[in-house]
Amino acid sequence: MSSAEPMRIALLGAPNCGKTSLFNALTGGRAKVANYPGATVEYQKGMYATSDGRQLELLDLPGVYGDCGHSADERVTIDAIHGRLEGEKAPDGIAVVLDAAHIKTHLHNVLQAKNYGLPMIVVLNMMDMAARDGVEIDLVALEEEIGVPVVSSVAVRSAGRAALVELLDSWTTQIVDGKAVTPTRENRDLKILQQHARAITSRTIQATQVQSRSARIDNIILHPVLGVLILISILFVMFQAVYAWAGPAMDVISGGTDAFGALVGSHMSDGWFKSLIVGGAITGVGAVIVFLPQILILFAFILALEASGYMARAAFLVDSLMAKVGLNGRAFIPLLSSFACAIPGIMAARTIESEKDRLTTILIAPLMTCSARLPVYLIIIGAFIPAKNIGMFNQQGLVMFGLYMAGIVFALIAAFFLKKTVTSGEKPSLLLEMPSYKIPSFKSYLIGLWQRAMIFVNRAGRIILPASIVIWFLSYFPNKGGPIRESFAGMLGRVLEPVLAPIGFNLEMSIALIPAMAAREVAVSALSIVYNVDDEDGAGGILEGALAADWTMPMALAFLAWFVFAPQCLSTFAVTRRETNSWKWPFFMFGYLFVMAYVAAGLTFWVATWAGL
Amino acid sequence: MNEKTTLAALPKSVRARIIGFSADTEDQETRFREIGFAEGDIIEILHVGVFGKSPINVKLHGTSIAMRPRQAAMINIELLNESVS
Repeated sequence: MSSAEPMRIALLGAPNCGKTSLFNALTGGRAKVANYPGATVEYQKGMYATSDGRQLELLDLPGVYGDCGHSADERVTIDAIHGRLEGEKAPDGIAVVLDAAHIKTHLHNVLQAKNYGLPMIVVLNMMDMAARDGVEIDLVALEEEIGVPVVSSVAVRSAGRAALVELLDSWTTQIVDGKAVTPTRENRDLKILQQHARAITSRTIQATQVQSRSARIDNIILHPVLGVLILISILFVMFQAVYAWAGPAMDVISGGTDAFGALVGSHMSDGWFKSLIVGGAITGVGAVIVFLPQILILFAFILALEASGYMARAAFLVDSLMAKVGLNGRAFIPLLSSFACAIPGIMAARTIESEKDRLTTILIAPLMTCSARLPVYLIIIGAFIPAKNIGMFNQQGLVMFGLYMAGIVFALIAAFFLKKTVTSGEKPSLLLEMPSYKIPSFKSYLIGLWQRAMIFVNRAGRIILPASIVIWFLSYFPNKGGPIRESFAGMLGRVLEPVLAPIGFNLEMSIALIPAMAAREVAVSALSIVYNVDDEDGAGGILEGALAADWTMPMALAFLAWFVFAPQCLSTFAVTRRETNSWKWPFFMFGYLFVMAYVAAGLTFWVATWAGL
Repeated sequence: MNEKTTLAALPKSVRARIIGFSADTEDQETRFREIGFAEGDIIEILHVGVFGKSPINVKLHGTSIAMRPRQAAMINIELLNESVS
């Protein structure tokens, strides 16, 4: 090993054993690779400094039970350990992380890891909770039986990591000196390994027969009636919160954007350049950044549900519903992630073992209302739906809830037909361990939230800023800020208009759909530029008024219905292309979504018109 | 002689011992074993899903694992000789 390159240690363990919390605690969250919420989708790398100042590179890998790699994400882990990942060398050592409360079930996975032939240590994580559940572990005896160093840890507390920090110091020094013990090989037969592991645990572990805390909580959470009510309540509160709690923060941001635009504008002379900066860049980016509070609230919920251990229970509760459309409960996690963005959702589908189920999940993921559609919904709802209360519920919140539900219902219908036709085959199955309930580490939680916020803001910079400038250009030229109909955007919109006119879309709506291919939320920037193109100090607030004045109720509802399917996201197309490794499936996905969007928007428009709305 | 059956036929809250697997594929048996099921382990059904008694939530040592009844039928068990409390 060259001294220039840091030593590389892989964290290996079952799903939900607390690897990522440990990783965040050791690296301080300075990870290099994007980590989407929920399961660790790809893998992340971060640096950790030992007490004597040496740098270690830690690898946080997707959770695995064995060494077979049944699903796509398990194969990433196995490949990483064997050094088969492109451009990545094999790790110099493995730290196997084990939820101490689950040691009796998973010790054979530790024995299996010895066969990788790399220096190894075992980290018994969440020791405090195991002790509370009546599990007593004789660490010295266990270390002797396994033949590699064993250390206990409470990853989320720095005092709980003291022994681990000490072991990392001495163990990695041994690796550098070539003195680290390579574990003895174990039998490769799983049945024999299990017997060996059971023999070890019977000698080293005392488990008093008490009902664990997680089991007591499950009596309520997994209750057939109460549990389902709790799940529905959580989802309902989540979506109400996105709408109701973000208001003040959004007012601050949109006020700030307005003031900033006015300030910049007052220092510039009138002309195309001022229009570009104020009317294009600032208005366009501001119209999207204003939704950051809502996206943060949504992720705050998703991350908390995942980190607390609730998500697997939700998967259990919805499994029988998913079974009716031929999917399993595991698909719930990628689908819920898709409420934030279809891209991490489609990637999280890697945890689904059955290829056919995985494909079905990928194909319906874009029907979940991603946060990029939120800006569009919010603007249209704000302009057309009165903010009065029906009973205890905000009417705008109810419409929002309805749009989310519409996405879910159509996703289930689509899954049903897909499983009957193009993705049929393979017997449905489910095998899902319920992780221990835990209160997530606040730091790890904030790191996750921060990563999400940064991805959104970067996106605003990389995609929305250039898109805003392109839209501005198309709507400003060649007639230098004249009527929109005579600009390039108007010409493009006129090409689409005849196709979209039967479903109630006007020219401005048709124009807005073009740049929305870069990202769905750009539709808002586009509308705001298209409607405010002559008003250089204008910003988000004016847009709602402009829409309310220009669109009829059926038009607004048709536009909302279109965005339930919103088939035009190019990033979704690209990730589907990559994850399915084919051109056929992304085209198929776009095709069926376009047809559904067109039919749904048309039906909405004509029914609403007929009803006299 | 203890009564032998499969996990799919085990009533809720009755303890049983795993005596083997009759999985439809080798892969399925591997998955059972990797997630932690082994001969000799004591298991018990803790929770049953909302519709059609699916899925089931099976207690195994300190953890619990969800599966469909179709898979539970592949885990062979014998009931423990003990009165149901």
